[in-house]
Amino acid sequence: MNRAKLGTVAVHAGLICGAIIVLFPFAWIALAAFKTQISLLMGQVAFTPTLANFDEVLFSGTSDYLANYRNSLVIATSSTLIVLAVATLAAYSIERLEWPRWVVHVFLLGAAVFNAVPAITLVGPWYVVSRALGLYNTYPAVILAHATLNLPIGIWLMATFMREVPRELEEAAWIDGCGTLQTLVRVVLPVVMPGIAATAILVFIHSWNEFVVALNLTARQTATVPVAIAKYAQENETKYGAMAAGAVLSTLPSLVLLFFAQRAIVRGLTAGAIR
Amino acid sequence: MTTRNAARYWTLAPALVIFGAVALLPIGELVAMSVSHVDWVQGQAHWRFVGMEQYARVLGDALFRTGAANTLVFAVGGVVVQMLLGFALALLTTRVARTRVIYRTIFILPILVPGIVIGAMWKLMYNFDFGVLNQILALFGVHPVDWLGNTATALAAVIAVDVWHWTPFVFLLMLAGLESLPQDVYEAARVDGATFVQELRYVTLPLMLPAILVTLLFRIIVGVKVFDEIYLLTGGGPGTSTEVVSYTIFRRFFTEGQTGYGSAMSVVVLFALALLFIAARTATRQRGTPA
Repeated sequence: MNRAKLGTVAVHAGLICGAIIVLFPFAWIALAAFKTQISLLMGQVAFTPTLANFDEVLFSGTSDYLANYRNSLVIATSSTLIVLAVATLAAYSIERLEWPRWVVHVFLLGAAVFNAVPAITLVGPWYVVSRALGLYNTYPAVILAHATLNLPIGIWLMATFMREVPRELEEAAWIDGCGTLQTLVRVVLPVVMPGIAATAILVFIHSWNEFVVALNLTARQTATVPVAIAKYAQENETKYGAMAAGAVLSTLPSLVLLFFAQRAIVRGLTAGAIR
Repeated sequence: MTTRNAARYWTLAPALVIFGAVALLPIGELVAMSVSHVDWVQGQAHWRFVGMEQYARVLGDALFRTGAANTLVFAVGGVVVQMLLGFALALLTTRVARTRVIYRTIFILPILVPGIVIGAMWKLMYNFDFGVLNQILALFGVHPVDWLGNTATALAAVIAVDVWHWTPFVFLLMLAGLESLPQDVYEAARVDGATFVQELRYVTLPLMLPAILVTLLFRIIVGVKVFDEIYLLTGGGPGTSTEVVSYTIFRRFFTEGQTGYGSAMSVVVLFALALLFIAARTATRQRGTPA
């Protein structure tokens, strides 16, 4: 075998190894979701698949998983919509409405610093304030918290995408007598639609996955999916099967998005860090 | 142009209102709580001013110090491994053409999954009695290891989980960077007879440096925030071997109900990280990177 061929084989071997290491934990937890607790505790590799874990998670009287799923959907969707609206306006403002440079600079730096701070440092005051305002264990508290945490990345992404819009388009609209809002809605937004989609998907996934805020601002009625999964893992005797089934079900939205909108996801993830 | 001037205020206002009301005001509240003793009586907070005393306690808190040290090891150690693996994986991926999208799809999967789910996956695999890692070791006649229950291995075990979780992110950014590099310099290097190592050392790395620095900073920020996996896998244990600052704050503020003291700790972490971030950003900027 010549050197070039050997190189190709090594490349593929490396990539296949990487793929196995990435996929194995997914496969393992998916298998665990179909095992009985006894089969799990005995470490059986060969087993008879059962739907009992899914049945328990979804339909048993002691499980709130379906309600948790609804909570997660409501919270992630609402906070995403807020971020999209607010971030799009703010990004347009700082990119195109001729603010003095220092304003843009201070604003973006402030957002970046806020993004670098761990959420747990803010969860304390959020908890105290939401308690005082009667918002503890309500949707608005978590939705607002998630929207705020994701606002910096939303603004950052939307500003990156708006920078790519040719100014001539807007100038033509101004000359035709369009106001700011009209120009934004009729001219700019259609052009940045792919960017909006990328931002929306990324923010939705962030909110769907978020744990520490949801853990401390919600109780039984508003708990999200990650909080529910953690509960299975934290009970006196860990319910491994239910934990696995809940975990598998929780990845469905991301898998669907990855399947249908991979380009948007990659765009969002890479534009967020590299311009 | 006057409409445009007015527009720039109302378009920026919602973002400023949200940051002001949900970020700045709570930070003010946090500072106020940090100099107070807060008692909870029937769900009502009762405040008593205590001055700086709680800050003095934070700096002397052994758990906080251990947490800070572990966080540093966790973030720096994990991110270094992620950078090396992610870069290597991205280099390998640029060598294939037809299967590149398939590999990219597989490799980005862990980024999209909740941290709690990743904790659940590894809780199953690390289990002492029935975890698959010990089952594999048993095939080779090696004694089972209590990965998460042993002070010698617990921190390394949770760092390994973080490496599995976030190497894909480094991979994706490095791949995007590599794909956007100009091809003519490589042709020139090849004409000059550069070997693979020379090409990497003198062409790829210098061109990728800005992207590498940005990714590094980005990853360390997220690494310092770690909470979910620790919460699910070890709860900071055994002993304090996987205690991290986010977890210490959670413990003091929520588990122990020390509202004022937990706030003082939050303020210390918040401002330390904000300053570190600004310093790191200034430093990387001076090296000529755009971020």
